[in-house]
Amino acid sequence: MIRVLYFARLREEVGTGEESLALPAGVHTVGALTARLRARGERWDEALGGRPMLVAVNQTLSASEGALADGDEIAYFPPVTGG
Amino acid sequence: MAGCIRVQTEAFDPGVELDALARGDAGAGALVSFIGRVRDDGAHAPVLRLTLEHYPGMTEKALGAIVEQARARWELRDVVVIHRVGAMEPGEPIVLVAVASAHRAAAFAACEFIIDRLKTRAPFWKRERTSQGDRWVEARAGDAQAAERWERDAGLHRE
Repeated sequence: MIRVLYFARLREEVGTGEESLALPAGVHTVGALTARLRARGERWDEALGGRPMLVAVNQTLSASEGALADGDEIAYFPPVTGG
Repeated sequence: MAGCIRVQTEAFDPGVELDALARGDAGAGALVSFIGRVRDDGAHAPVLRLTLEHYPGMTEKALGAIVEQARARWELRDVVVIHRVGAMEPGEPIVLVAVASAHRAAAFAACEFIIDRLKTRAPFWKRERTSQGDRWVEARAGDAQAAERWERDAGLHRE
Protein backbone atom coordinates (compact mmCIF):
# COMPACT_ATOMS: atom_id res chain seq x y z
CA MET A 1 0.00 0.00 0.00
CA ILE A 2 1.02 3.62 -0.55
CA ARG A 3 -0.36 6.74 1.12
CA VAL A 4 -1.20 9.66 -1.17
CA LEU A 5 -1.76 13.13 0.30
CA TYR A 6 -3.12 16.29 -1.32
CA PHE A 7 -2.72 19.80 0.08
CA ALA A 8 -4.21 23.29 -0.32
CA ARG A 9 -5.79 24.05 -3.71
CA LEU A 10 -5.11 20.49 -4.96
CA ARG A 11 -6.89 19.00 -1.93
CA GLU A 12 -9.97 21.06 -2.74
CA GLU A 13 -9.86 20.23 -6.43
CA VAL A 14 -9.56 16.45 -6.07
CA GLY A 15 -12.00 16.44 -3.15
CA THR A 16 -9.85 14.48 -0.66
CA GLY A 17 -6.84 15.11 1.54
CA GLU A 18 -5.59 11.57 1.83
CA GLU A 19 -6.06 8.07 0.47
CA SER A 20 -4.37 4.69 0.68
CA LEU A 21 -4.08 2.47 -2.35
CA ALA A 22 -2.12 -0.50 -3.62
CA LEU A 23 0.87 0.60 -5.70
CA PRO A 24 -0.52 -0.12 -9.19
CA ALA A 25 1.31 -2.79 -11.21
CA GLY A 26 3.83 -1.22 -13.54
CA VAL A 27 4.02 2.05 -11.56
CA HIS A 28 7.60 2.61 -10.38
CA THR A 29 8.00 6.39 -10.56
CA VAL A 30 6.26 9.57 -9.41
CA GLY A 31 5.49 10.45 -13.02
CA ALA A 32 3.82 7.10 -13.65
CA LEU A 33 1.66 7.46 -10.53
CA THR A 34 0.66 10.99 -11.53
CA ALA A 35 -0.39 9.73 -14.98
CA ARG A 36 -2.44 6.96 -13.35
CA LEU A 37 -4.19 9.43 -11.03
CA ARG A 38 -4.92 11.87 -13.87
CA ALA A 39 -6.59 9.06 -15.80
CA ARG A 40 -9.28 8.86 -13.10
CA GLY A 41 -11.31 11.57 -14.82
CA GLU A 42 -11.51 15.18 -15.86
CA ARG A 43 -11.38 16.59 -12.32
CA TRP A 44 -8.18 14.67 -11.55
CA ASP A 45 -6.65 15.43 -14.91
CA GLU A 46 -7.17 19.17 -14.41
CA ALA A 47 -6.02 19.20 -10.78
CA LEU A 48 -2.78 17.28 -11.36
CA GLY A 49 -1.94 18.56 -14.84
CA GLY A 50 -1.09 21.87 -16.38
CA ARG A 51 -0.40 24.25 -13.52
CA PRO A 52 2.87 24.19 -11.52
CA MET A 53 2.84 21.47 -8.87
CA LEU A 54 5.31 19.94 -6.42
CA VAL A 55 5.55 16.30 -5.34
CA ALA A 56 7.20 14.94 -2.21
CA VAL A 57 8.07 11.30 -1.57
CA ASN A 58 8.44 10.42 2.10
CA GLN A 59 8.44 14.15 2.90
CA THR A 60 11.28 15.09 0.55
CA LEU A 61 10.69 16.98 -2.72
CA SER A 62 10.97 14.65 -5.69
CA ALA A 63 11.26 14.93 -9.48
CA SER A 64 8.84 13.00 -11.68
CA GLU A 65 11.60 10.41 -12.28
CA GLY A 66 11.72 9.74 -8.52
CA ALA A 67 11.34 6.04 -7.66
CA LEU A 68 8.36 4.70 -5.73
CA ALA A 69 8.11 1.61 -3.54
CA ASP A 70 5.45 -0.07 -1.45
CA GLY A 71 4.93 1.79 1.84
CA ASP A 72 5.85 5.23 0.45
CA GLU A 73 4.03 8.45 1.35
CA ILE A 74 3.52 10.62 -1.74
CA ALA A 75 2.22 14.18 -1.45
CA TYR A 76 0.93 16.49 -4.21
CA PHE A 77 0.74 20.23 -3.62
CA PRO A 78 0.91 23.66 -5.32
CA PRO A 79 4.05 25.83 -5.11
CA VAL A 80 4.51 26.85 -1.46
CA THR A 81 3.57 30.31 -0.15
CA GLY A 82 4.79 30.48 3.47
CA GLY A 83 6.89 33.12 5.17
CA MET B 1 24.71 24.52 19.68
CA ALA B 2 21.40 25.91 20.80
CA GLY B 3 18.63 26.43 18.29
CA CYS B 4 14.95 25.85 17.87
CA ILE B 5 12.33 25.35 15.18
CA ARG B 6 8.66 25.77 16.04
CA VAL B 7 5.51 25.44 13.93
CA GLN B 8 2.56 26.62 16.03
CA THR B 9 -0.98 27.97 15.93
CA GLU B 10 -0.41 30.29 18.91
CA ALA B 11 0.73 33.87 18.42
CA PHE B 12 4.31 34.65 19.46
CA ASP B 13 6.02 37.73 20.83
CA PRO B 14 9.10 38.59 18.72
CA GLY B 15 10.55 40.62 21.59
CA VAL B 16 10.47 37.68 23.97
CA GLU B 17 11.97 35.35 21.38
CA LEU B 18 14.78 37.78 20.47
CA ASP B 19 15.58 38.34 24.13
CA ALA B 20 16.20 34.60 24.48
CA LEU B 21 18.40 34.34 21.36
CA ALA B 22 21.96 33.38 22.29
CA ARG B 23 21.26 34.64 25.80
CA GLY B 24 24.30 34.22 28.01
CA ASP B 25 26.61 33.66 25.01
CA ALA B 26 29.07 36.55 25.14
CA GLY B 27 30.72 35.32 21.94
CA ALA B 28 27.56 36.01 19.95
CA GLY B 29 28.36 39.57 18.97
CA ALA B 30 25.84 39.87 16.15
CA LEU B 31 22.12 39.13 16.17
CA VAL B 32 20.02 39.52 13.01
CA SER B 33 16.31 38.83 12.73
CA PHE B 34 13.55 38.86 10.14
CA ILE B 35 9.91 39.17 11.18
CA GLY B 36 7.27 38.53 8.56
CA ARG B 37 3.77 39.91 9.21
CA VAL B 38 0.45 39.04 7.60
CA ARG B 39 0.16 41.48 4.72
CA ASP B 40 -2.73 43.02 2.88
CA ASP B 41 -1.22 43.99 -0.46
CA GLY B 42 -4.24 46.08 -1.41
CA ALA B 43 -4.47 44.38 -4.83
CA HIS B 44 -7.83 42.77 -4.10
CA ALA B 45 -10.67 43.30 -1.64
CA PRO B 46 -9.35 43.97 1.91
CA VAL B 47 -7.92 40.85 3.59
CA LEU B 48 -9.98 40.01 6.67
CA ARG B 49 -8.14 36.89 7.71
CA LEU B 50 -5.31 34.65 6.57
CA THR B 51 -5.26 30.88 7.07
CA LEU B 52 -2.02 28.94 6.83
CA GLU B 53 -2.17 25.28 5.85
CA HIS B 54 0.92 23.09 6.22
CA TYR B 55 2.16 19.51 5.80
CA PRO B 56 2.74 18.26 9.36
CA GLY B 57 5.99 16.35 9.54
CA MET B 58 7.45 17.53 6.25
CA THR B 59 7.28 21.18 7.32
CA GLU B 60 9.46 20.56 10.38
CA LYS B 61 11.78 18.33 8.34
CA ALA B 62 12.18 20.96 5.60
CA LEU B 63 12.87 23.75 8.13
CA GLY B 64 15.40 21.54 9.91
CA ALA B 65 17.20 20.86 6.63
CA ILE B 66 17.32 24.59 5.77
CA VAL B 67 18.79 25.45 9.18
CA GLU B 68 21.38 22.68 8.79
CA GLN B 69 22.35 24.08 5.36
CA ALA B 70 22.79 27.53 6.92
CA ARG B 71 24.94 26.11 9.72
CA ALA B 72 27.12 24.33 7.13
CA ARG B 73 27.72 27.65 5.33
CA TRP B 74 28.22 30.03 8.24
CA GLU B 75 29.37 29.76 11.83
CA LEU B 76 26.17 30.35 13.75
CA ARG B 77 25.91 30.37 17.52
CA ASP B 78 22.12 30.21 17.72
CA VAL B 79 19.18 29.94 15.29
CA VAL B 80 15.45 30.36 15.93
CA VAL B 81 12.75 29.75 13.32
CA ILE B 82 9.10 30.15 14.35
CA HIS B 83 6.25 29.87 11.84
CA ARG B 84 2.57 30.16 12.64
CA VAL B 85 -0.16 28.04 11.05
CA GLY B 86 -3.94 28.30 11.24
CA ALA B 87 -5.93 31.53 11.26
CA MET B 88 -4.46 35.01 11.78
CA GLU B 89 -5.20 38.64 10.99
CA PRO B 90 -3.36 41.29 8.95
CA GLY B 91 -0.50 42.83 10.92
CA GLU B 92 0.14 39.79 13.10
CA PRO B 93 3.63 38.24 13.04
CA ILE B 94 3.57 35.05 10.97
CA VAL B 95 7.26 34.11 10.85
CA LEU B 96 10.43 34.86 12.79
CA VAL B 97 13.93 33.94 11.66
CA ALA B 98 16.68 35.00 14.04
CA VAL B 99 20.36 34.09 14.00
CA ALA B 100 23.31 34.84 16.22
CA SER B 101 26.92 34.79 15.10
CA ALA B 102 30.23 36.27 16.19
CA HIS B 103 30.12 38.93 13.46
CA ARG B 104 27.42 40.65 11.43
CA ALA B 105 28.29 39.41 7.92
CA ALA B 106 27.47 35.79 8.72
CA ALA B 107 24.38 36.75 10.71
CA PHE B 108 22.91 38.93 7.92
CA ALA B 109 23.65 36.36 5.20
CA ALA B 110 22.34 33.35 7.14
CA CYS B 111 19.11 35.12 8.12
CA GLU B 112 18.38 36.05 4.50
CA PHE B 113 19.32 32.55 3.28
CA ILE B 114 16.93 30.87 5.73
CA ILE B 115 13.90 33.04 4.90
CA ASP B 116 14.59 32.81 1.14
CA ARG B 117 14.75 29.00 1.23
CA LEU B 118 11.76 28.79 3.60
CA LYS B 119 9.63 30.67 1.09
CA THR B 120 10.31 28.18 -1.71
CA ARG B 121 10.93 24.85 0.07
CA ALA B 122 8.87 24.67 3.27
CA PRO B 123 5.33 23.31 2.68
CA PHE B 124 3.04 26.15 3.82
CA TRP B 125 0.11 27.56 1.83
CA LYS B 126 -1.70 30.86 2.44
CA ARG B 127 -5.42 31.31 1.95
CA GLU B 128 -6.89 34.81 2.19
CA ARG B 129 -10.42 35.59 3.25
CA THR B 130 -11.81 38.85 1.86
CA SER B 131 -15.25 40.39 1.76
CA GLN B 132 -15.50 38.95 -1.77
CA GLY B 133 -14.62 35.39 -0.82
CA ASP B 134 -11.60 33.16 -0.26
CA ARG B 135 -8.58 32.78 -2.51
CA TRP B 136 -5.34 30.79 -2.40
CA VAL B 137 -2.31 33.06 -2.55
CA GLU B 138 -0.19 32.36 -5.65
CA ALA B 139 3.57 31.82 -5.41
CA ARG B 140 5.63 34.88 -6.45
CA ALA B 141 8.30 34.57 -9.15
CA GLY B 142 10.51 36.91 -7.11
CA ASP B 143 10.64 34.38 -4.26
CA ALA B 144 11.98 31.68 -6.59
CA GLN B 145 14.59 34.11 -7.94
CA ALA B 146 15.69 35.09 -4.43
CA ALA B 147 16.15 31.43 -3.50
CA GLU B 148 18.03 30.61 -6.71
CA ARG B 149 20.54 33.33 -5.94
CA TRP B 150 21.88 31.13 -3.12
CA GLU B 151 22.51 28.26 -5.55
CA ARG B 152 24.55 30.62 -7.76
CA ASP B 153 26.45 31.99 -4.79
CA ALA B 154 27.22 28.54 -3.39
CA GLY B 155 30.76 28.59 -4.72
CA LEU B 156 31.52 31.88 -2.96
CA HIS B 157 30.87 30.53 0.51
CA ARG B 158 32.48 27.94 2.68
CA GLU B 159 30.36 24.80 2.28
